[in-house]
Amino acid sequence: MDRVLKILFFAVIVRPIVIIVLGLNLRGKQNLPQRGPAMIAANHNSHLDTLVLMSLYPLAKLHKVRPVAAADYFLKNRFLAWFALKCIGIIPINRTGRQRKSELFAGCHKAMDNGDILILFPEGSRGNPEELSEIKRGIYHIVHGRTDTKVTPVMMHGLGRALPRGEALLVPFNCDVIIGEQLAEAKSAENLVNEIKASFLELQKYCITCNQA
Amino acid sequence: MWDIPKHSLYAMLFVLGLLLIATICRLILARIKAEKDFTELRQRIQSWWWMIGILFVCLVVSQTTTIILFAFISFLALKEFFSIVPTRQADRRVLFWAYLSIPIQYYLVSIGWYGMFIVFIPVYIFLLLPMRMVLIGETKGFIHSAGIIHWAVMLTVFCLSHIAYLLVLPVKNIEAGSMGLVIFLLFMTQFNDVCQYIWGKLLGKHKIIPKVSPNKTWEGFLGGVLTIGLVSGFVGPFLTPMTFRFSLLAGLLISVSGFIGDVVISSIKRDLEIKDSGSLIPGHGGILDRCDSLIFTSPLFFHFLYYVNY
Repeated sequence: MDRVLKILFFAVIVRPIVIIVLGLNLRGKQNLPQRGPAMIAANHNSHLDTLVLMSLYPLAKLHKVRPVAAADYFLKNRFLAWFALKCIGIIPINRTGRQRKSELFAGCHKAMDNGDILILFPEGSRGNPEELSEIKRGIYHIVHGRTDTKVTPVMMHGLGRALPRGEALLVPFNCDVIIGEQLAEAKSAENLVNEIKASFLELQKYCITCNQA
Repeated sequence: MWDIPKHSLYAMLFVLGLLLIATICRLILARIKAEKDFTELRQRIQSWWWMIGILFVCLVVSQTTTIILFAFISFLALKEFFSIVPTRQADRRVLFWAYLSIPIQYYLVSIGWYGMFIVFIPVYIFLLLPMRMVLIGETKGFIHSAGIIHWAVMLTVFCLSHIAYLLVLPVKNIEAGSMGLVIFLLFMTQFNDVCQYIWGKLLGKHKIIPKVSPNKTWEGFLGGVLTIGLVSGFVGPFLTPMTFRFSLLAGLLISVSGFIGDVVISSIKRDLEIKDSGSLIPGHGGILDRCDSLIFTSPLFFHFLYYVNY
């Protein structure tokens, strides 16, 4: 049932918006992980980020693609929680920091064991439009020790103009989605953060919507 | 529906024939030179099939469908323009208004209200958008933004909508119908790109504007102008109400202005340091890359035709 709901939501609402209202300058599609367990690490500017990334997958595979999202934001009321869990299929993460790491990421590990493809925004929240903010270390604690899971960096640009934080009006803009090659396994959190940062900056060179005032 | 004027039908079949020849040549080429990579050529021709297919289907279905198609092309072009040029975050709402000019402009086309069609964007939108910008109240970068937004709307909505207006002009060449004018303009404009490219490849020596476009030469340009002038002189009386002489002049106008449109959009891309304006049409780049010459040829051809025949 959830699977049908998700497919319907993407086929009827998300895809037409992504194709018609937005537009993708897509590069490196062959780098997109096709089967799990895998981890996509993308920069974060807009609520549209998740939807655009998920729309790159065929409808039949959608149920395997799971964004990792903040529980305090997406589960704050009943409607949003229903929508986030059923239509998008998020893995909620508790950001308050009171839990132990093993408990905190239990949901992610379960999904990865299940062969899912996780989408994670290592910058945390959306930040200012089209600016890279500091990359957090949480991602290391999820993939650390899992030899079966590699991180694929994705750089996105333009969506922060189409629907920035705190805005409800969607204005049509094209956006860049540049998918990088899988990163090698990192030795430390610091190492992984630096690698992701470096690949974001490298991928940014291919963005064509970058020329902002 | 389906009552395609005879001359327009022949023109469509001719274009499809050309495409078929191009496809066959590509296949033979891939056979003979198996070691070379023809991906770009394949994508290019494949995209031509799609673009021409969509256009012809719309033309055959109805006039309204074709007007909607051009409105959609304007929308895609405007979106692409706004996506590559720098706009302020504060201007989002102004841009939203700029998008709203598209349905209105094309509605004016569909009801054939010439007077309003011709002043709506250059006068009303021109004055309305700065008003909306003032209401937002951000003065830093105001001139810059106003310039960019107006220029984008003029090029992608006002200029391109002239193609659609050709459809609602009174029909003077019954054999070709109103779609004959559209096919003539589009074919001549695209054929001009091809001719200037081929002449440039064959004879090109003296560069015109090496800083903007190093591949553009005087030989290519003049070869294109002469070829298009001549071809258009003969095709014109067949697809438009113009005589040989005026068709020839129209061809010269299309060729020269097509060249200008091409290099103007090239300059924009140079300024922004990008190669293509998008990746919508495989092998061609973005929609602006394909419509660059058309942006300049359509209003100029339209007004030439209007002056001569209406």
